[in-house]
Amino acid sequence: MAMSKRRRATLSRRVQYALFIVIALVLAFAADWTELRRSFFDVETAREMFPNVLTVAFKNTLFYTAFGFAIAFGLGLVLALMKLSSVGPYRWLATIYIEFFRGVPALLVFIAIDTAVPLAFGIAFDTASKAGVALGMAGGAYIAETIRAGIQAVPKGQIEAARSLGMTPLRTMLTVVIPQAFRIVLPPLTNELILLTKDSSLISVVGLTTAQYELTKFGRETLSQNPTMTPILIAGLCYLIITLPLGHLSRYLERRTGGKKISTPESTGLGVSA
Amino acid sequence: MSDVVVEVTGLKKSFGPLEVLKGIDLSVNRGDVVCIIGPSGSGKSTLLRCVNLLEEPTGGKIVVHGTELTDPDVDIDAARTKIGMVFQSFNLFSHLSVLNNLTVAQRKVLKRDAKQAQEVALRNLERVGLSDKVNAMPNQLSGGQQQRVAIARALSMDPDVMLFDEPTSALDPELVGDVLGVMRQLADEGMTMLVVTHEMQFAREVADRVLFMDGGYVVEEGPAEQVIGAPQHERTQSFLARVLDPTHQGPSGS
Ligand SMILES: Nc1ncnc2c1ncn2[C@@H]1O[C@H](COP(=O)(O)OP(=O)(O)OP(=O)(O)O)[C@@H](O)[C@H]1O
Ligand SMILES: [Mg+2]
Repeated sequence: MAMSKRRRATLSRRVQYALFIVIALVLAFAADWTELRRSFFDVETAREMFPNVLTVAFKNTLFYTAFGFAIAFGLGLVLALMKLSSVGPYRWLATIYIEFFRGVPALLVFIAIDTAVPLAFGIAFDTASKAGVALGMAGGAYIAETIRAGIQAVPKGQIEAARSLGMTPLRTMLTVVIPQAFRIVLPPLTNELILLTKDSSLISVVGLTTAQYELTKFGRETLSQNPTMTPILIAGLCYLIITLPLGHLSRYLERRTGGKKISTPESTGLGVSA
Repeated sequence: MSDVVVEVTGLKKSFGPLEVLKGIDLSVNRGDVVCIIGPSGSGKSTLLRCVNLLEEPTGGKIVVHGTELTDPDVDIDAARTKIGMVFQSFNLFSHLSVLNNLTVAQRKVLKRDAKQAQEVALRNLERVGLSDKVNAMPNQLSGGQQQRVAIARALSMDPDVMLFDEPTSALDPELVGDVLGVMRQLADEGMTMLVVTHEMQFAREVADRVLFMDGGYVVEEGPAEQVIGAPQHERTQSFLARVLDPTHQGPSGS
């Protein structure tokens, strides 16, 4: 006798629940809880990490990220405007920059800023500047593309309306295009900020003094003293304190702007006619 | 006083290999309402957009209120403040309230102070019957209301001439009347208007002159009664037959 579709689905769901409970029970009995607890949440190690994990590492992660984001945003805005310029050489330069920095690992940029650039150009950065400049240069390439797509997502009719009221191209850009692009770009920009937060960990390849430790370096150093998972877990949780709310913010903003997705719009040539 | 506000001579416009306007002559006197009709793709929008240089003409001459727009040295932005334009898709600034839509160009372009700009804006909102929507955002308005705000926005610049490109084509039928009512009132007040429209009734009742365009040329031109009521040209006749009585036509031949 064949089972109805719905009954079969119900049965399948019950089997899955049962399987889950069995596995959970087996793990619960088989696991060595004291050992697990010692390696994943060793109270001694955890206690040792405070307050420095917050007052030094968390603070430095925030600082490096903010510094990097400021540079990345400024650079990204300039590159985006260059890429939309009617002057060829500006466009080419921006394209080369963007393609290059999107195509190489961010780690390589950190190493370059740390050693290669000082060797080649005799410029020495302090640690915070290394983090800010390297993050900014790498992140700027991505942010440039986001901003460019946002600017191009502003409907052509808005620009025509502004021009027909006598606004100059610059005035149109400032009063109409950029404010509207800003709303479109806010959700993806928040995502870039999350990526930069995580990439700030790359500064740990650079020689840091204890006062300059950020979360990843701090976790690693604690780990070398206390060989348990605890330091890494705590560092990870600290990242989540930053990234989870940002993720929610991004999704909220996206919903508020009507979830209008920006992609790479085709260049539409001249005016779109009615 | 019948001075010429818009003077178009020998206007040509090509998009790449496609020649859309093949030599248009047109002149609009102060206070005149000129309606442009014609089949889709005949270049009506292109003509209108050339009049404020949203499209760059390929040839010919355009003079608006004594300023030659086709002169390469013209200050086009200054000239455009005197030419109001109303689009089919309204194009209200979506990030600004109704009031700011009406004041932004007055302040940034005409350099009026905030108080004066607001006075002008409120006066024009009243003209289009939307005084109660000053603080609304565009997306809170119906299409008809948005279009009336767009008209008020253009009027706030105190233009010499208003260009309308199918201002009611994107509207639900029951909202068309409000917009046409505002336009009719403008015409009565003596505004110089150049209107691309498919509303034959409006053209008939309001227009001083009607132009029928087809294939990049002005095929027929004259008083509304003549062009719409008793068209001379065969192409005008068949176009009007299609537009005025669409259900009694065979499968469209064009
Ligand atoms: N920016 C452009 N690039 C290329 N071709 C264009 C462009 N704008 C208009 N055209 C072409 O020019 C022709 C005339 O277009 P136009 O919009 O002026 O017609 P119209 O008379 O306004 O038609 P409708 O009644 O459909 O609005 C069409 O064939 C159109 O495809
Ligand atoms: Mg058109």
